[in-house]
Amino acid sequence: MGITIRTALAAGVLTALAAPAMAQDITVGVSIPAATHGWAGGMNFHAQQAIERLEEVYPQVDLVLATASDPAEQVSDIEDMVATRGIDALVVLPFESEPLTGPVQAVAESGVWITVVDRGLSVDGIEDLYVAGDNAGFGRVSGEFMASALPEGGKIVALRGIPTTIDNMRVEGFEAAIEGKNIEVLGMEHGNWNRDDSFTVMQDFLSRFPEIDAVWASDDDMAVGVLAAIEAAGRDDVQFVLGGAGMKEMIARTRDNDPMIPANVTYPPAMIATAIELTVVGQVSSAPVAGTFTIGSELVTPENAAEYYFPDSPF
Amino acid sequence: MAMTDAEQGSKARTRLPPMTVLGPILALVILVLVGAALNSNFLSAANLTNVLSRSAFIGIIAVGMTFVITAGGLDLSVGAMAAFIAGLMILVMNAALPALGPGVPIVLLGMAVALLAGLVAGLLNGFMVTTLGIEAFIVTLGTMGIYRSLVTWLADGGTLSLDFGLRTYIRPIYFDGILGMTWPMIVFALVVIVGEILMSRGVFGRHCAATGSNEHVAHYSNVRVGRVRLITYAMLGLLVGIATIMYVPRLGSASASTGVLWELEAIAAVIIGGTVLKGGFGRVWGTVLGVLILGLIENILNLTDLVSPYLNGAIQGVIIILAVILQREGRSA
Repeated sequence: MGITIRTALAAGVLTALAAPAMAQDITVGVSIPAATHGWAGGMNFHAQQAIERLEEVYPQVDLVLATASDPAEQVSDIEDMVATRGIDALVVLPFESEPLTGPVQAVAESGVWITVVDRGLSVDGIEDLYVAGDNAGFGRVSGEFMASALPEGGKIVALRGIPTTIDNMRVEGFEAAIEGKNIEVLGMEHGNWNRDDSFTVMQDFLSRFPEIDAVWASDDDMAVGVLAAIEAAGRDDVQFVLGGAGMKEMIARTRDNDPMIPANVTYPPAMIATAIELTVVGQVSSAPVAGTFTIGSELVTPENAAEYYFPDSPF
Repeated sequence: MAMTDAEQGSKARTRLPPMTVLGPILALVILVLVGAALNSNFLSAANLTNVLSRSAFIGIIAVGMTFVITAGGLDLSVGAMAAFIAGLMILVMNAALPALGPGVPIVLLGMAVALLAGLVAGLLNGFMVTTLGIEAFIVTLGTMGIYRSLVTWLADGGTLSLDFGLRTYIRPIYFDGILGMTWPMIVFALVVIVGEILMSRGVFGRHCAATGSNEHVAHYSNVRVGRVRLITYAMLGLLVGIATIMYVPRLGSASASTGVLWELEAIAAVIIGGTVLKGGFGRVWGTVLGVLILGLIENILNLTDLVSPYLNGAIQGVIIILAVILQREGRSA
């Protein structure tokens, strides 16, 4: 019983999948992590938008989107795309670098165009196009803003993300940028890019340090928790909180000149759209798109905030 | 043996109480002393209020979990359930805002939604465990995945946020209170008192222990085993709803990362407190100590620089195991 249903289902899915692939010339696979947190949610939103737009512009291109909630599932997604859809190009935002390197390399060797987004693979030279986020730059821009906002120096606390290479690169960039600027980092703890965790950490920082000039929350989700803790404690020594990644609510507060949120540093989830667009352009035209494209982390201030505000995005 | 020791404690009062009773108390006292020695702000009213208020969510859930585990069950879905209920509560309140406006009715509506959703979710778990006879671990693992996906779906992968004006209106539910106690602390205390009475003085507590200890014997002793189990799950669901009512006013948002690992924290608190994981014996006051121990460890680690933040999880793990060993040694002695 179970087997027959499964076979029938599989056969149905296969025919459904195979039919449009025959009718169209170019198939591009897009494999990304599922929307399990704010930034990934924004990334999923921008991926879907880019796919809708491109399928309208280029009727001969078929885009296939798969979202995975762990690296193993992502590997299966990619294998399925190669086996059942015969993709000509693959755009992949690796869940983790190590487990995805081998499978993506195998796909590349079969002659498929590879575009890697955000975090790189563990072996160089697999991808044809690398659309990279700039984590060290994210930390550096944050540190430079902190130094310029506290010209006399000052005492700050910092919240870190989930312990990963990404987080380490950001923190190293930040520390290098504030070196010699007379800024004392009183404490640094992991808020795990999570509102509740950062709320707890900030409450304890406020109990521990009677005088804090500013907070580097390093992420807008964490900034939400930090702001709630400061508000509840009724402390007015904290002059501002610097988040990051460009959540729309936070961008709006910067745009509206909220003194607590004077700036933001971008790490745009829309970089997935850049990668999909470039890949499709490379497939349908003779314009060269191979190489590395680094998306800079930019400082958002009240003057330019309107340009970074996307009202429809979930992030 | 240990159980009878604990129960007949009054006879043996001339000597020290057994380690099953002393263990968690000792662990808590040591933690308080360590915290006070490391940071002078540790015992300040503000810090203690912070720790007690934010421990209240896990605490309220853990009291319910004590009954479920005592009756021989387990519920892995509570964290995801809390996230789902929080999301639902926010959506309903936002939707009702144009009609009702910020005020008491909309808060009551939000609370009713949370309690009802919790009760239904709990009954659903209980129904599948008792009537359909599926292993509790599997049922609640399944519902955990379902609720976690549902909240991600409701939030479209992002974050569900309460309307800003409404958030300002309901903020006091988490941050205010009476007589220096915040509302989450008061609600937690009430839940504990009712739970302790049910567990140690009521018939229901004895039926839970009998069910968890030996289902067949309990059945022949005229205990309605299925109904007892169903009630424990329903009660836990209701308490998850209550915890969510306290949680939503704090940050006014819910996302896929809300309530992650709450189920394990609640289970850890129950076990640290001396309830037996395989069922048959439970105590609510012990669970309270377990919750406080877990809350204080995190607080102390944040208040000091002694340990690299990379090792926070390891310290928590060591203290959890030590707290349980303290009790076991008492048993063998």
